[in-house]
Amino acid sequence: MQKNKNEVWAFFSSVKLALFTFFVLAVTSIIGTVIQQGKEMQYYVDTFGAGTAKLFQLLNVPDMYNSWWFISLLVLFSINLIVCTIDRFPNIWRLVHLDNLAMDVGRIVKMPKRQAFSSDLPVAEIAQAVEGVSSSWHFERAEKDGGVLFAAQKGNWSRLGVIAVHISILLIFAGAIVGSILGFKGSVMIREGGSVKQIYLRDANNSAMPLDFELRCDRFELELYDTGAPKEFTSDLVVLQDGKEVLKKSIEVNDPLQYGGLTFYQSSYQPLEDGYAIEIENETTKVSKKFFVSPGRPIKWAEESLDFGITNRMGPYAMGRYRHKIWFNDASQKPIEFWTEEGKMVIVERPDTNYTFSIRQLYYTGLQVTKDPGVWFVYFGCAIMLLGLYVAFFLSHKKVWIYISSEESRSRLHLSGTSNKNMIGFENDFSALTELLEQNDSLKLTRE
Amino acid sequence: MTSSQLLGFTTFAYLAASIVYIAIFVFRAKKLGLAASLLILLGFLCNTGGIALRWVESYQMGVGHAPMSNMYESLVFFAWSIAIFYLFLEFKFKNRLIGAFAVPFAFFSMALASLTSPDIKPLIPALQSNWLIAHVVTCFVGYAAFAVAAGLGIMYLLRSTSVDGVKEKNPDSLLATLPGLKVIDDITHKTVVFGFLWLSAGIITGAVWANSAWGTYWSWDPKETWSLITWFVYAGALHARFTKGWGGKRIAWLAIIGFVAVIFTYYGVNYLLSGLHSYGSG
Ligand code: HEM
Repeated sequence: MQKNKNEVWAFFSSVKLALFTFFVLAVTSIIGTVIQQGKEMQYYVDTFGAGTAKLFQLLNVPDMYNSWWFISLLVLFSINLIVCTIDRFPNIWRLVHLDNLAMDVGRIVKMPKRQAFSSDLPVAEIAQAVEGVSSSWHFERAEKDGGVLFAAQKGNWSRLGVIAVHISILLIFAGAIVGSILGFKGSVMIREGGSVKQIYLRDANNSAMPLDFELRCDRFELELYDTGAPKEFTSDLVVLQDGKEVLKKSIEVNDPLQYGGLTFYQSSYQPLEDGYAIEIENETTKVSKKFFVSPGRPIKWAEESLDFGITNRMGPYAMGRYRHKIWFNDASQKPIEFWTEEGKMVIVERPDTNYTFSIRQLYYTGLQVTKDPGVWFVYFGCAIMLLGLYVAFFLSHKKVWIYISSEESRSRLHLSGTSNKNMIGFENDFSALTELLEQNDSLKLTRE
Repeated sequence: MTSSQLLGFTTFAYLAASIVYIAIFVFRAKKLGLAASLLILLGFLCNTGGIALRWVESYQMGVGHAPMSNMYESLVFFAWSIAIFYLFLEFKFKNRLIGAFAVPFAFFSMALASLTSPDIKPLIPALQSNWLIAHVVTCFVGYAAFAVAAGLGIMYLLRSTSVDGVKEKNPDSLLATLPGLKVIDDITHKTVVFGFLWLSAGIITGAVWANSAWGTYWSWDPKETWSLITWFVYAGALHARFTKGWGGKRIAWLAIIGFVAVIFTYYGVNYLLSGLHSYGSG
């Protein structure tokens, strides 16, 4: 390691640099929250003046979180983290695996946290008895300096918590990089009853990207609360591979469809200018059929000898709904006209049979499409971070020693211990152990 | 009894508790200790009941959802988190003087809530997610800890004016009744550590939620960005302490600055900046 310890290494491993980067990242991040991101250049010229706008363009302020200098800061941050972790790892690893029996007895008996006892029993007998004491500590034993040394520890692995936290940040960055290289974002609108074989990427010219399957939308439903606020958007999607249905799913805003590495999110909707779905059922035979209809165009249902069409409309009324005038004729050749409301069922009485008739606005469903193979790295990193934070903050590395030797005419037992943090918690552990030893009849200890 | 009445009562209980806690400190009225504890406990119970009742009411209205979806509800939950966190501190450290610096935050939060609209509104589709609940709960537990840490920071700075080096300037002064600097410093640090864990969890659950709703776990919207800024401030404070041994006044100031960032993230962003989050309409 020696040759690495040059100035450059020291610079990149220093916590001073980390504090500096924290500060600079925090302060510069503010810029993008105050200055609107992703607007046309003209907006910045109008708002801030031509000179400032020029400067903004130079520093890529309109897209500052992807700008060269912000990304450089993140790179600096990562290098700092990597170098610091490499730099400190050997020492942390050493502390995890340190042989506590190799510790100098002189230091052990002078630990700030300690308790000495004396006993009339011989050293060997006390040592024997100590091995018989059952506690949550698992003692190891060694003969040392003419006495017997016991050592035990808990939570030595907790020292790795810090490393887990630091590596988790790198994992999250790695996931973000994988996502930005191998992934993409796009969108597509599908007409109810229609299907698509390509999506449009969210790039400068919204280029089309072919899918290696077909995606069909059988139905879109907009549910509203009484107040008119949207309650749920639902699209019934079907994935078709060579014309065959391979997957069907109703998606909602928080419940996307995943297929072939892509995820389709319900994101928006748009009513068709002149598209309606009409559903008719013959009440006698219970035969029904769904038609996609444009106003003014006559439709034929040959099997039932029906002709019908939308001839007029009025509205919109509450919640953007229209009323439609329907022209309707069957084999009896006595056409009628009636008004119907979207979403309401109408019974059309005819000489031969009655029909139920309903009309519904058709929509385009708006889907957000993403491919992000990095997201699992990110989630994994997040999980490691929380775990690491918990370990780093709330677990500690505790050690205790018992040294038994004979001094003058009596035997003495020194109990001592340390913890790398949470001293209050450790003191409780320590006094519990003290009492356990003191109250053990086979040790016959007196506190000094 | 409606949730509004119960929550109105909560506000008064927290106000009364704040006054009594401050009186304990200012008038050295140790005898009022039990009264103060009972008041905050009462406030906390009403607060809990109010949240539960509001939850039930939303179902009765047919728009059932956990009461964590707008500014009013989040402020009420913020107050609840501060109260339970403070009660925990009082129980753990057996010291009521912290109350004078912490309990008023619970009252302020309820008072702010009473300025916003308490109507129970149906949830728009994007907010109908269990991740939202996890997100709000984790964030606000963290924010509550940071509020208390800021109170402790103020306490520390006040206390430090009464000490000259390690010597009390005037052992009879009012400030000398506060816990020693080391003790305050230690509790502040532990509180920040606790808050940091929850804030991290809050940012993460928010990211998971955004990904499930929009397919993007991070979009640098102002609220996200400000939560990250807040996170950096506390990360800086923690590292300065762990590795540079910072403590005392500097950490006290950082606890206060951090909380200013929290307030901006939570409140300022809604009113001063634009973004995805829905709380602004409150
Ligand atoms: C935002 C990113 C970071 C987070 C969330 C983070 C988190 C933490 C945490 C939780 C600890 C706990 C230590 C303990 O309890 O003992 C810690 C310690 C530490 N961190 Fe970071 N850290 C970050 C970035 C960095 C960076 C960039 C460096 C670069 C030098 C760094 C260097 C250290 C060092 C040296 C320690 C002390 C380790 C020890 O006590 O042995 N950290 N960090």
